[in-house]
Amino acid sequence: MTVRVSITVNGRRFDKDVEPRQLLVHFIRDLGGFTGTKVGCDTSQCGSCTVLLDGIAVKSCTCLAAQADGAEVTTIEGLAADGQLHPIQEAFWNTHGLQCGFCTPGMIMATHELLRTNATPTDEAIRHGLAGNFCRCTGYQNIVKAVREAATVMAK
Amino acid sequence: MSSRIFGSGIRRREDPRLITGAAAYTDDMTLPGMLHAVMLRSPHAHATITRIDVGGARTAPGVVAVYTGKDVTLNPMPCAWLPPNSQLKIANYPTCAIDTVRYVGDIVAVVIADSPQQGYDALDLIEVDYQPLPSVIDPQKSCAPGAPQLHADIPNNLAFQWTVAGGDVDAAFAAAEIVVTERIVQQRLIPNAMEPRAALAKWAGMSGELTLWNTTQNPHILRFLTSVVTGIAEDKLRVVAPEVGGGFGCKIPAYPGEFLAIFASRKLNRPVKWTETRSENYQATTHGRDHVQEIELAAKKDGTILGIRASSWSAMGAYLSTAAPGIPTILHGLMLSGVYNVPAIKEDVYGVYTTATPVEAYRGAGRPEATFIIERMVDKLAAALSMDPVAVRRKNMIPRFENGHAVATGLTYDSGDYPASLQKLLDHVNYDALRQEQAAARKAGRLMGIGVGTYVEICGLGPSQVAAAVGFQGGLWESAIVRVHPTGKVNVFIGASPHGQGEETTFAQLVAAEIGVGVDDVKVIHGDTETTPMGWGTYGSRTTAVGGAALILATRKVKEKAKLIAAHLLEAAVEDMDYADGKFFVKGSSDRAKTIQDIALQANLSWNMPPGMEGGLEASMFYDPPNFTYPFGSHLAIVEIEKETGIVSLTRYVAIDDCGPQINPVIVEGQVHGGVVQGIGQALWEEAIYDENGQLITGSMMDYALPRADRLPHIEVLNTVTPSPHHPLGLKGIGEAGTIASTVTVYNAVIDALRPLGVETMQMPFTPERVWKAMTAAAKPAGN
Repeated sequence: MTVRVSITVNGRRFDKDVEPRQLLVHFIRDLGGFTGTKVGCDTSQCGSCTVLLDGIAVKSCTCLAAQADGAEVTTIEGLAADGQLHPIQEAFWNTHGLQCGFCTPGMIMATHELLRTNATPTDEAIRHGLAGNFCRCTGYQNIVKAVREAATVMAK
Repeated sequence: MSSRIFGSGIRRREDPRLITGAAAYTDDMTLPGMLHAVMLRSPHAHATITRIDVGGARTAPGVVAVYTGKDVTLNPMPCAWLPPNSQLKIANYPTCAIDTVRYVGDIVAVVIADSPQQGYDALDLIEVDYQPLPSVIDPQKSCAPGAPQLHADIPNNLAFQWTVAGGDVDAAFAAAEIVVTERIVQQRLIPNAMEPRAALAKWAGMSGELTLWNTTQNPHILRFLTSVVTGIAEDKLRVVAPEVGGGFGCKIPAYPGEFLAIFASRKLNRPVKWTETRSENYQATTHGRDHVQEIELAAKKDGTILGIRASSWSAMGAYLSTAAPGIPTILHGLMLSGVYNVPAIKEDVYGVYTTATPVEAYRGAGRPEATFIIERMVDKLAAALSMDPVAVRRKNMIPRFENGHAVATGLTYDSGDYPASLQKLLDHVNYDALRQEQAAARKAGRLMGIGVGTYVEICGLGPSQVAAAVGFQGGLWESAIVRVHPTGKVNVFIGASPHGQGEETTFAQLVAAEIGVGVDDVKVIHGDTETTPMGWGTYGSRTTAVGGAALILATRKVKEKAKLIAAHLLEAAVEDMDYADGKFFVKGSSDRAKTIQDIALQANLSWNMPPGMEGGLEASMFYDPPNFTYPFGSHLAIVEIEKETGIVSLTRYVAIDDCGPQINPVIVEGQVHGGVVQGIGQALWEEAIYDENGQLITGSMMDYALPRADRLPHIEVLNTVTPSPHHPLGLKGIGEAGTIASTVTVYNAVIDALRPLGVETMQMPFTPERVWKAMTAAAKPAGN
């Protein structure tokens, strides 16, 4: 059994027949070809698969493709516009906010959500806001710094 | 060397592809006709397989093939670190279990299907009858009489027995005025690299060639091991480590998964990809630590340490992973002296098979456990003598040395200034004021603890002759090729394989600083056995310490050749040539000059070369270090413990590390942050727990408590700079330092907080429940 879905990923519309159990993350990666979104766990803990669904961050492993029918998805590949890095991407680069890079796409999308809901977060709010995303390399310190820098730049 | 580039915290060139989603990790790759492998894993810790029926799975939708252990024609998994004089007994380690499973997660069957989902569906259709056997997880129990036997040919589950000894331990204890003892459980940890393991195998049919893309820290070693297990000759094997998402040791070893993917690809003549789920990662990707240690320390009443005597039972899991036997032995026992003069040391190490996931290196690998012993015992001695722990450290600390200091275990540390490091820490935090603050807190009824941890680590592994002497079945040199193109742009090819550490940037800085090209004109290429020279990989904080040395020496060869060409072109004597900032010029007349770009063009054209000189501007270096490097440092942690709940809050953490000169201080700091947090994780949260039946209870990220952003303080990072006397640039390595120091530093802080209540020791991690119980038990009067 399949269901027909129409999902727009980074501005490209995909009309596909999918299994009802198909997760959004697999739709994005396998059918959309946007492999920047990562699968880091199978219990919705790590946050590596975070994307924007109609502008709001979701862990795309907790969402069925069928639930995203008609929605607009933005992944890490869709964040930079016109060849210009998004200020969050730029800030992660400037502050050494990543090492192996695997958690980074999800971390950047989670930061996007954090700053959407709180444009001037304190360090405590940043740490709390990113508690649903695991990073094993950085100890989070430079990620906090990156979010702070991004907030400052985006507030201008 | 240009100081502007060396030592500059420039942004990483790895990052653009990583922050835009353009980087390709193994699981991101798709090949035409690709199939997917999924594994059926044992739900039992120890059982005999009495029947397997794969008939239903074979005919399931999308299934192309199903293999069990009887179908798989691969050689057993190799063990590549064989400590000498250890009566090492290597258990047969099949890639797929044949008649017995020995840990939860042991592979029982492999399904090859069009999609992973179809493969997982088919796993449910495989019928396996197991006859459960008793399991054993505790290494002390596993080698005791009457314990369940894992391997018929290995009595008492004893994989090896190894001793390190130096000095007269019996005399030390005979002369002791005080002896302090401790039992330490170095709990089992799960590395949790964020990228799960994955392999993509592509057999090229009649050509007999195979390409393996794999999440590995050491593609060249893996090619060698792949050849051993599959029988495919190395010249026909290409191993590629594409983007690799963290390793921390668990991506050093070879695993059955990649070999089964190769087996299937060869059988079916189609590309086969295998990507583990996180649950599989918890069960079957190697774990770390899992030692039980009983320790005695002999001292004089003035705090002078006389000797250490220890026994360690190190769980190996069900089989010996690639490098596992070397970790609780060579990388551990030889470092028990720490930063102190310890005249006599003896440790007996028992490597024991248990019905658990095999262990391997995990960040620090043996050295955190050694540091833990000495730093814990020093604190315990201080408490027993009512001395300040810093005073005991000062009393025993090895004084500053610049070129070699021998310790009782037989190692010669390269250089160190431990007293200066400790003093810098004490000054930075104003230690005396902190102790006063603590006294006031105690008076007010608060539980505040201050923990100090000093360390020296052995890294930059290492001289190959030593590798041979300690049974490591490989060399430990590193390699680099520096190729200058006609335009003066440079490609660097290295044998090591960074996976997050940033050497694409720092190595470009090294080359740029040495020959005066722009840092953006240097591209560092790694991770592909077909394009890079042989090298032994990225682990043991060795990439910069060994690979960086190879690179700088290769670059100097290029520079030397460039100088000869410049002299020839300028019609000057070689001895009259000078060099500065990318230009070779005649001494005293800086306008008679050739830039490195001019020379690169001439060398590549070869129209007018010095007589007899070969064309091109390229050099390679295979560098075997004369000694290990020994980074060191001093850390401090402050904790506050809530009496009512036992919740430990880490309120401050200070790290002072010395890795010699820093190529890129921002990257160094990042390594320290990550390392420190992994060590904090062990002290406060992380523990792999098996139940009495050998089931992994902490089998997911929901159950295994990884450090989160909201549980950590801002880490203060400082440094001292003590060059290594034997590295061409004095560099030492920084990848593991933080982890080596931080676990015991936090441990010491927690015990320091609880000591007024009578708590002297506790098992990690310091969960609120454990702390609360320890406080409650200590509060009870004796006898109740």
